[in-house]
Amino acid sequence: MTEQKNTESLAFAQTVLREDIPQSLLPEQKALEIENKVVEIDSHALNFGPQHPSAHGVLRLVLEMEGELVARAVPHIGLLHRGTEKLIEYKTYQKALPYFDRLDYVSPMCEEQAFALATEKLLGIDIPERAKWLRVMFAEITRILNHILNLTAMGLDCGAVTPALWGYEEREKLLEFYEAASGARFHANYFRPGGVGRDIPASLEDRIGVWAKEFPAWIDELEGLLTENRIWKQRTVGIGVFTTEQALAWGFSGPCLRASGVPWDLRRNQPYDNYHKVDFNVPVTRQGDSYDRYLVRVAEMRESVKIIEQCLSQMQPGDVKIQDPKFSPPPRAEMKRSMEALIHHFKLFSEGYHVPAGSTYTAVESPKGEFGVYLVADGSNRPYRCKIRPTGFAHLQAIDELSRRGMLADMVAIIGSLDLVFGEVDR
Amino acid sequence: MADISVNPRQARLEGQLCSLAFTFLASQPHVFYAAVEKGELVVRTTRDHLVPFLTLLRDDPRYRFEQLMDLCGVDFPARAERFEVVYNLLSVTYNRRIRVVVCTDEYSAVPSVHHLWPCATWWERECYDLFGVLFSGQPDLRRILTDNGFEGHPLRKDFPLTGYEEVRYDAERRQVVKEPVSLTQDFRDFDFVSPWEGMLTLPGDEKAHEVRQGMKRSG
Repeated sequence: MTEQKNTESLAFAQTVLREDIPQSLLPEQKALEIENKVVEIDSHALNFGPQHPSAHGVLRLVLEMEGELVARAVPHIGLLHRGTEKLIEYKTYQKALPYFDRLDYVSPMCEEQAFALATEKLLGIDIPERAKWLRVMFAEITRILNHILNLTAMGLDCGAVTPALWGYEEREKLLEFYEAASGARFHANYFRPGGVGRDIPASLEDRIGVWAKEFPAWIDELEGLLTENRIWKQRTVGIGVFTTEQALAWGFSGPCLRASGVPWDLRRNQPYDNYHKVDFNVPVTRQGDSYDRYLVRVAEMRESVKIIEQCLSQMQPGDVKIQDPKFSPPPRAEMKRSMEALIHHFKLFSEGYHVPAGSTYTAVESPKGEFGVYLVADGSNRPYRCKIRPTGFAHLQAIDELSRRGMLADMVAIIGSLDLVFGEVDR
Repeated sequence: MADISVNPRQARLEGQLCSLAFTFLASQPHVFYAAVEKGELVVRTTRDHLVPFLTLLRDDPRYRFEQLMDLCGVDFPARAERFEVVYNLLSVTYNRRIRVVVCTDEYSAVPSVHHLWPCATWWERECYDLFGVLFSGQPDLRRILTDNGFEGHPLRKDFPLTGYEEVRYDAERRQVVKEPVSLTQDFRDFDFVSPWEGMLTLPGDEKAHEVRQGMKRSG
């Protein structure tokens, strides 16, 4: 009696369950029948961003999907357009400089360097040796800052949460160096035409030295988490492949170009400041996929640490800005005593200096690639035209080509590997 | 130039660029200006010859400017052809840069180079958006950076810094509304020309000034 009841209830349970089970989980025999049906996949458009967490800011992508494959990716930019170039035309050269921090807010000092170098070129001035070393050192600190954020955020987008948590701790140490040198953690306004804002505090060199000894171990930890990680490789290897020809034609630069097999680094090929006096390698890979772009950035961080150590060992005490009151403000103490110094200070911060007419295209190797400034001066104290060549603009444009016939989930890995910051793309 | 004495690479490069400038002047009749300015090679040509010239620069094994790094406009309202369109090319093979400049006005289109460098599309869109320079043969000449429904070209010199319209969210109508710009304080634009240097004729002193400048004979 009880046995019969049991079997009955079991049969009943089975019939009920069978209804509830999704078709994909049914036994194979059943599933095969279903697969024989003709399924029409209609193409549809999908909005990615501008509030998507892995859109790295305010990227709005309209994706034309065929099922789960991306047929076409159309980026819409300009949501963060602030008219920086127009604003700079109405500011003196000194006042224009802080706008560069706000372009690529992840690597502010490298952007400042481009503008400072362009202005110095038009002025025809040469800055003191110590200022050059400080610039090189902080440019490399900036590079590491940028790469930590990019690599860990890319990991986060692909599902690896730990690198981001670890990375923020390291970034904090570097931002303290920023703060000690310039007084600000992000918008430093530290590299000025004619040198740097002020000398670094006495203890900072030692602190950076200690950090530079410890940091490679952190890179090893990061690589331990990601480089040979099976999931990470599945998400990035062979995703967003660009050949050398494509990368050149699409105006790629920096790590994205080097990942496609072009040994091109402005620090090496067109050295500025003191880059011709330091010894470092330029990492290059051949595959041109997202994984290679990751590898190049990791290798670059190791090279940056080497450069920072060389800067520390070669830096000598000395002036950090050009000793010409027409370009750099006099010391505070002197202003209290000297009328001349007071006048220079007043003129410098109200009128600024007049830059001789001329134009220059000056580019630096920012962490993201070639960051250029096309500066046209008309002899007045304000730039006539300051065109900013953002790095991400060219990279983002190629996203359609990079992601073609890829999966929707690969889109995230590609965006992460391109290292986009919209403050810079939109200006 | 202080750079040349300390940096032999720079000096060598400038020599190469000078010879390139001479080559372009001699062999390309449409190149009417080629010179090395502050260590950078600048070449000026005409709109009609732009595409063949850039194709030559890209494909000729002697030049090999593979990359278009930047394309931008510059506005000079006083000129007859007020816009300059500037192409900054980079040769990865020879480690050189060149700047090709063409002039245009509001109505004549510059031939598009998107078929030479696919990245030119967005640069041209940007130049069109900010300056109103037209590019013929560009299939995708839309605005790129400015807001939807924006009117005017903001980087033109006659476009005011404050713009014409401002947007705000209207809580009552529950939508974003556009209104003409109202400034609580007049826009300040100092020209910094000192009266001792910039102002040649003081008010009421015009006659004496004309005499001083030799425009009018005294007496």
